[in-house]
Amino acid sequence: MKPAEYYQRDRTLHPPALTPDYKTTTARSPRYSLISLQNSVSEITGPTFGHSDIDPLDNDLVRNYAKDADPVGERIILHGRVLDENARPVPNTLVEIWQANASGRYRHKKDSYLGALDPNFGGCGRVLTDENGYYFFRTIKPGAYPWRNWVNSWRPAHIHVSVFGSAFVQRLITQLYFEGDPLIPHCPIVKTIPDPDAIEQLIARLDLNATIPLDAIAYKFDIVLRGRRSTLFENRLEGN
Amino acid sequence: MPQKLDYLRETASQTAGPYVHIGLAPGAAGFDIYGQELGRDIAGPNARGERIRVEGLVIDGMGSPVKDALVEVWQANADGHYAHPEGGGPVEEGFRGWGRVITDFETGEWGFDTVKPGAVMGRNGRMMAPHINLWIVSRGINIGLNTRMYFSDEEQSNAVDPVFNLIEWEHRRATLIAQRSDRDGIPVYRFDIRLQGDNETVFFDI
Repeated sequence: MKPAEYYQRDRTLHPPALTPDYKTTTARSPRYSLISLQNSVSEITGPTFGHSDIDPLDNDLVRNYAKDADPVGERIILHGRVLDENARPVPNTLVEIWQANASGRYRHKKDSYLGALDPNFGGCGRVLTDENGYYFFRTIKPGAYPWRNWVNSWRPAHIHVSVFGSAFVQRLITQLYFEGDPLIPHCPIVKTIPDPDAIEQLIARLDLNATIPLDAIAYKFDIVLRGRRSTLFENRLEGN
Repeated sequence: MPQKLDYLRETASQTAGPYVHIGLAPGAAGFDIYGQELGRDIAGPNARGERIRVEGLVIDGMGSPVKDALVEVWQANADGHYAHPEGGGPVEEGFRGWGRVITDFETGEWGFDTVKPGAVMGRNGRMMAPHINLWIVSRGINIGLNTRMYFSDEEQSNAVDPVFNLIEWEHRRATLIAQRSDRDGIPVYRFDIRLQGDNETVFFDI
C-alpha cells in the first residue's frame, strides 16, 4: 500500500499564534505566515511505541508516585478514546498526561505556588491506547491555581494531554477541562481558542456510568486527531 | 438541508505550559518516576552513518532565549528511511529516529546526539535533501511549531530540495540551515530557532 495524505488541519478551530490576552504569546508567536506543505514521508510517518517502553503502573497516578499513603484529593477515572476525523480508533498510540495536585501545585522545581506539595503525588502518567483506541487513567482531580497573567488570573482545573497518533502531522498537545467548572469561561488560555464548539470539545464530561462506586468519579474525554485519505492511486496522488 | 458530512473535528491545541517537563521529561522537573524516559536515544547503538551533535537556542521576539521549551526530533536514518511501516525501508535495530530534548533552565541551550540522516524520497519521486523535522512547544506557543533543519554541508542537495524551493523568499531559506563546525573531532551543527523578529525561522503548516 502506498501512503496517502492526511486531511489539512483546520486552523480556524485552533488558537492563532498571537493571542495578546495570554501575554506570553506576545514574544513567542511567529509573525510570518506558515508555509503550507503537502505531506511527504517526513510528515506521514512518526514514532511508534510498544509495551516495552512503559510500565503497567504508569497510567495510575494514584499509585505511581505514592510513598506511604494515597495522594490527597478527589479520586477520578479519566477515560476515553483516541479517534481520527473519520471516527476510526487510533490504536497503540502513546497518551501522556501531566497535572497539578489537588492543591493546584505542580511537582516542578520552577513552581513556587503556596499550595502544598503532596508527597504521594507525582502528577504525570502515560499509557498506550488499546486496539479500539481506548485509554484510561486513574488520578486525583487537580485543583485550580493562580498564575501571573492578569493580576487575578486563575487556571480552571485542567490536565495536560500529549498524543502522538500514527504520523508526525497528528502530533498534538492540549488540555482537558472538567464539566461545570465556573473558571473555564474566564481563562485567557481557554479563550485563545476562537471557536466555541472547539472549546466545548476540551471539556471532559462527568460519566456516572463509569464511576467506581464508593471509590472514584469518572470523566470521559475523547481525543480527535487528524483524519486521512484512503490509499493513494497512481492517478490520484493525494489519495481518495 | 443537504446531507451532513459525518466527520469529527480535530481536538483543539492548547499551550504545553511552563511545566511540560513533568509530563514529557519528569527528570528535568526534578523527580524520578518512570523506569525510562522516552526520546533520549535517537539513533541507538547500531545506526550506520556519521555521528553528529546538534545544538541551538530557541529565541523569542525580544532576542532572549526561551528557557522552558521542549523540542521533539523526527528523522530518517542514514539510508533515508524512517522507523515506521511507511518509512521507505528497513532501519537498524534500535534506530527510532525520534527524540525529545528540553532547553536548559539557566541558559536556554538545547542539544542532542544522533546520526546524520540521508536524503529522503519526497513527493512525485523527487529527493529531499537530508533534514531533521522539529516540533517546538512551550509556554506561550499555542500550537506546536513545525520546522525542518537542513545541513550547511549539503549545498547541492539543498539547492534542489522541493520543500526548500517552495519558500518564495530566498533569504528566509537560510533560517533552516544548520551551520557545521568541528569540536574535538565531532561534527557539531548549530541551529538557532527564532520564534519572531529578524530572521524569524520558517515554520510549516504540514
